[in-house]
Amino acid sequence: MTDKKIEVKGLTLVFGKNRERGIKLLEQGKTIQEIREETGIAIGVNNVSFDVEEGEMFVIVGLSGSGKSSLIRCMNLLNIPTRGELLIDGENIVNYDKEQLKELRRNKVAMVFQHFGLLSHRTVLKNVEYGLEVQGVDETQRKKKSLETIELVGLAGWEDYFPRQLSGGMKQRVGLARALTNEPEILLMDEPFSALDPLIRRDMQKELLSIEDYMDKTIVFITHDMNEAFRLGDRVALLKDGELVQLGKPKEFFENPANDYVKSFIEDVDKSRILRVKSIMEKPTIVGTKGQNRLELVEQLVELQIEHCYVINEEQVLIGYVELEKLKNSQQETIDKSIDRNYEAINRNAYLSDIWTKLSESDIEVAITDKRNRLKGVINYEAVVEALS
Amino acid sequence: MFEFPDFLRFEISEPIDKVVQWMLLNWDAAFEAIRRIILVMFNGVESFLSIIPWWLYIIGLFIIGWKLYNVKAGIILSMMLTAIGLFGLWDLMIYTLVIVIISVIVSILIGLPTGILMAKSELAKKIIMPILDGMQTMPSFVYLLPAIMFFSFGRVPAIIATTTYAIAPLIKLTYLGISTVNKEVIEAGKSFGSTSMQMLFKIEIPQSLSSIMTGVNQTTMMAMAMVVISSMIGAEGIGEQVLISIRRLEVGKGFQAGLAIVFLAIILDRILQGSAKKLKERA
Ligand SMILES: Nc1ncnc2c1ncn2[C@@H]1O[C@H](COP(=O)(O)OP(=O)(O)O)[C@@H](O)[C@H]1O
Ligand SMILES: [Mg+2]
Repeated sequence: MTDKKIEVKGLTLVFGKNRERGIKLLEQGKTIQEIREETGIAIGVNNVSFDVEEGEMFVIVGLSGSGKSSLIRCMNLLNIPTRGELLIDGENIVNYDKEQLKELRRNKVAMVFQHFGLLSHRTVLKNVEYGLEVQGVDETQRKKKSLETIELVGLAGWEDYFPRQLSGGMKQRVGLARALTNEPEILLMDEPFSALDPLIRRDMQKELLSIEDYMDKTIVFITHDMNEAFRLGDRVALLKDGELVQLGKPKEFFENPANDYVKSFIEDVDKSRILRVKSIMEKPTIVGTKGQNRLELVEQLVELQIEHCYVINEEQVLIGYVELEKLKNSQQETIDKSIDRNYEAINRNAYLSDIWTKLSESDIEVAITDKRNRLKGVINYEAVVEALS
Repeated sequence: MFEFPDFLRFEISEPIDKVVQWMLLNWDAAFEAIRRIILVMFNGVESFLSIIPWWLYIIGLFIIGWKLYNVKAGIILSMMLTAIGLFGLWDLMIYTLVIVIISVIVSILIGLPTGILMAKSELAKKIIMPILDGMQTMPSFVYLLPAIMFFSFGRVPAIIATTTYAIAPLIKLTYLGISTVNKEVIEAGKSFGSTSMQMLFKIEIPQSLSSIMTGVNQTTMMAMAMVVISSMIGAEGIGEQVLISIRRLEVGKGFQAGLAIVFLAIILDRILQGSAKKLKERA
């Protein structure tokens, strides 16, 4: 079971001074547009509920003005929700006092901004150090850590440049490095790539996926681009006029669009280039563990009528697979000598269009792994065909 | 004719005099403290400026002009400074410079916090902004009055008058700078858990530095303009030369002193503008 990292419960955000009146009008069943036209009260988010799971890449998508920024800014209280609860690790942050809020922002949640939000009077290094600096971390330590993340985002050698000397893509890498240096558990990204050229955007998407794959952070990512949403998201939430229209895995949007609005939204999306392996992979029915008793596994496989299964070690890392026939004929106590290490695995972030050949050549289920080669799931040819149909 | 009727009289001059008398009597200690502080500053700055030999000023100015602009600017600026010396006004210029520098320092000490306060508090802005507008429309010699009232004649009231006259643009531009820092940059600062002091010193002030520098520049220029007028209440310096020449109808001398003031103003303006530009390039 995965844990709930963020829980949003009945969240409503009204701007300005007449907040109570706004709430009342909403309760009377008026729409956001009606309220804005009749009273001028702006409402950013209207009664939204969802959970974000630990380690998940959760994407919020919607047209401009649909309330995406309003919503994500509630998660570090840059906006204070008018109604509802927002739980992080089970704690309602809405009522946090100044001190608790400071701790939350320093230790748990970091944000990346659409227009980067860099400090123009500071070098790349000093920008990246900022989060640690306000926490009072000493200079050598924060420099060491910052250089590591600068390297991670591919900016090694640019430490002493000023933001104005960098291209847009590089600036956002600084923004990302700055957020990562804090080692947050949750990364909030408000349209981080929208200001970038399409080509650079692709690069950044790829890189974000690889960083995420490696670090296992919970990421809330915002975009107005449906393609980007489906390319990146483990799950996607579609917002319209401050309300949640549909929430689910990318493939569920295609299988079961909630209404015509969703249909029109996903109309011209090329599924194979957007759906990622991890959105359609399945949990393996059974997995062997290194050092496991041979007869025990044989028994399990026979019972499930399965011919082979993958084997992992204590750290979940995939080391190979075993075949039932071979296992039966072995004389060993454990399964270790029977493990076949000639397997091919696919990274969980690969797109369906890219794994097509590999999949059609393999006669067994293909293993899906993350960057550290930990087994995350399996996938077979039929599942892909079905997802793309 | 339509003369204003004699019986409709309500003069406020008398009560004002009374209030001033009362303040002088009861706040004596405060005025004395202000006078002392200013005199200490005056002596400090003056003795510092006086140790530096004249040729070092000229060389230093050449280098500054060269670094901020180009060699040509360096040459022109240092030639202007040399001219002041050739006119025989070097010592008086230093004296004028001391008054200007102290006025600018005091303006910064008071103006920076005031500008920040206005940016942070809507109420403070609503109260202070109209006062600043009023100050900027008032004729400059009006500022001499309160200075004389509380500090009589000499360098202290001159500095007080110069400062009150010159401070407005610095406050306004500090306010403008702080309140127009990019919203996303502010949010970024907050999102990392900065305290409000960290926000101020690590983000807001550095980000508005070029606007603040423009304010310092304008304040300096106004202080230069006021320094001549302040000589009416006993400030020595080049301004006094102009005043004396006017009284004695010495046109040549007056013109020469006037030119020296213009040169000094240009020099200060170029230095400050150049630094403000350098700061802006960073942003
Ligand atoms: N600070 C604010 N004050 C008043 N209205 C706001 C504010 N911020 C956003 N809004 C309004 O809330 C709605 C949602 O905006 P936003 O959350 O920025 O949308 P998105 O990020 O999806 O483009 C818009 O109608 C916008 O005008
Ligand atoms: Mg937005």
